[in-house]
Amino acid sequence: MSIVALARDAGDGPGAPMPRTGDDPGTALVDAVEVRLTKVDALADPRDAACAMLAVADDVLVDWAAFRGDAPTQATREGFRLLALHRQGAQDLPSFNACRETCREIVYHFNLLRPADPGDALPAEDAARTRVMMGLLVRHLALFVGGKMRSARVGEFCCASRPIRQDD
Amino acid sequence: MDTDDRKQRYRKVAYYPGCALEGTGHAYNRSTKAVGKALGLELDEVPNWNCCGAMEVKNVDPKVQTYLSSRVMSIAANEMHAGVVMAPCNGCYHNLKKAEYDLAHDAASRETVGAIAAKAGHAPYEAGQVETIHALDWIMHGVGEDELRKRVSNSLRGLKIANYYGCMYTRPRHIFPEKDQGPGSDSTSKPHFMDDLLEAAGAVNVDFPLKTACCGGAHTLSDSDLSTKLVLNILRAAEAAGADVIATECPTCHSGLEMHQVRAEKVLGEKTTVKMLYFTQLLGIALGLSPRQVGVHENVSDGREALKARGIA
Repeated sequence: MSIVALARDAGDGPGAPMPRTGDDPGTALVDAVEVRLTKVDALADPRDAACAMLAVADDVLVDWAAFRGDAPTQATREGFRLLALHRQGAQDLPSFNACRETCREIVYHFNLLRPADPGDALPAEDAARTRVMMGLLVRHLALFVGGKMRSARVGEFCCASRPIRQDD
Repeated sequence: MDTDDRKQRYRKVAYYPGCALEGTGHAYNRSTKAVGKALGLELDEVPNWNCCGAMEVKNVDPKVQTYLSSRVMSIAANEMHAGVVMAPCNGCYHNLKKAEYDLAHDAASRETVGAIAAKAGHAPYEAGQVETIHALDWIMHGVGEDELRKRVSNSLRGLKIANYYGCMYTRPRHIFPEKDQGPGSDSTSKPHFMDDLLEAAGAVNVDFPLKTACCGGAHTLSDSDLSTKLVLNILRAAEAAGADVIATECPTCHSGLEMHQVRAEKVLGEKTTVKMLYFTQLLGIALGLSPRQVGVHENVSDGREALKARGIA
């Protein structure tokens, strides 16, 4: 499966084209996330949208684990698989921590939109704003991870330094 | 360190502007000097400084990058007899801190630095000789929010700001041992020094969850479209948060946001209107300096209208 879970039943509605799954997984991932986020827009309830966006973010990091040849963890950290997947994705790759706060902000926005106590639900206007921001955060995660995938693939021929450092 | 001791220590610092502040980040250089002067802080530029090694040298040989950064600190320590080096660029700041860490913890780095320094004919830098700080530390600890608040003559009242720190100001955590130390120190997960200073200058900080997110700077040449999309997302998030202005504290981040804002409109047809200003430009204006004195006219993103709209300039 993968590539953001094949954009979850992609192509079943207008404006939701099937993501490309050719030889550029970075671009395919970003395209797939756009398809998924378009579908999230159609959800009326911000709580449902929060769950759907968190699932997209999880799938982005599932793809990253698969891209690195790892079995995506099923574990959770602080109650969220996203945070466990991030930790897994950053193993031996410190630069991946540049999306750590993005993941944590996604979780924070999820908690705002789906508070443990329904009595703490945000007023409609705040919920709408929080929902938009959560979507931007998920898109940022996808762009970052997609970029990592793309740069990993061009590195072999464009990084003149690599042969020098192979003996380190 | 005692607060007053640190205040005294930061009054006069060795200044390492770095390459970007002589080029695309000229307005940051101008505004940093102007704000320092207005606040009674002194900058003594490191003579004959060199590139910190940035990304280019680091990619080829990290130990040579360590040497290049250490040379700047060596001049500050051994020739200027300075105790503090201030680097306003996140890349320079990060690289000097990394060199400091490597020289304290890695014998091979010490050996390389020693060998190159001997060849170059100068004393090698030894870990602990100087303290490297960012422009944010310099103003936060050299002046402080309370003193700054007293000196504001042109409040930024009403100006809504999204503070963007970029990804190198706080990462990796282990090279910034002074951060995450509770009150008075900055946070690596949610940095706040820029928020605090601009709030003291009267501004309203908006909630901005992408304040330390990647802007795609490293992809700019190899994958411009991706960089543009990352920046566009940051600009959209700032606008969604209600910001008039994005405040920056790094010339590379600042240039990236400005350039890709233009490119997003040209290539993707996506227009955003939020403006970018260095935090030093905003502080300078709050201290009564004119937009021209802090180089607002040198920015690609012209923030003068946004300031005028709020009655600030």
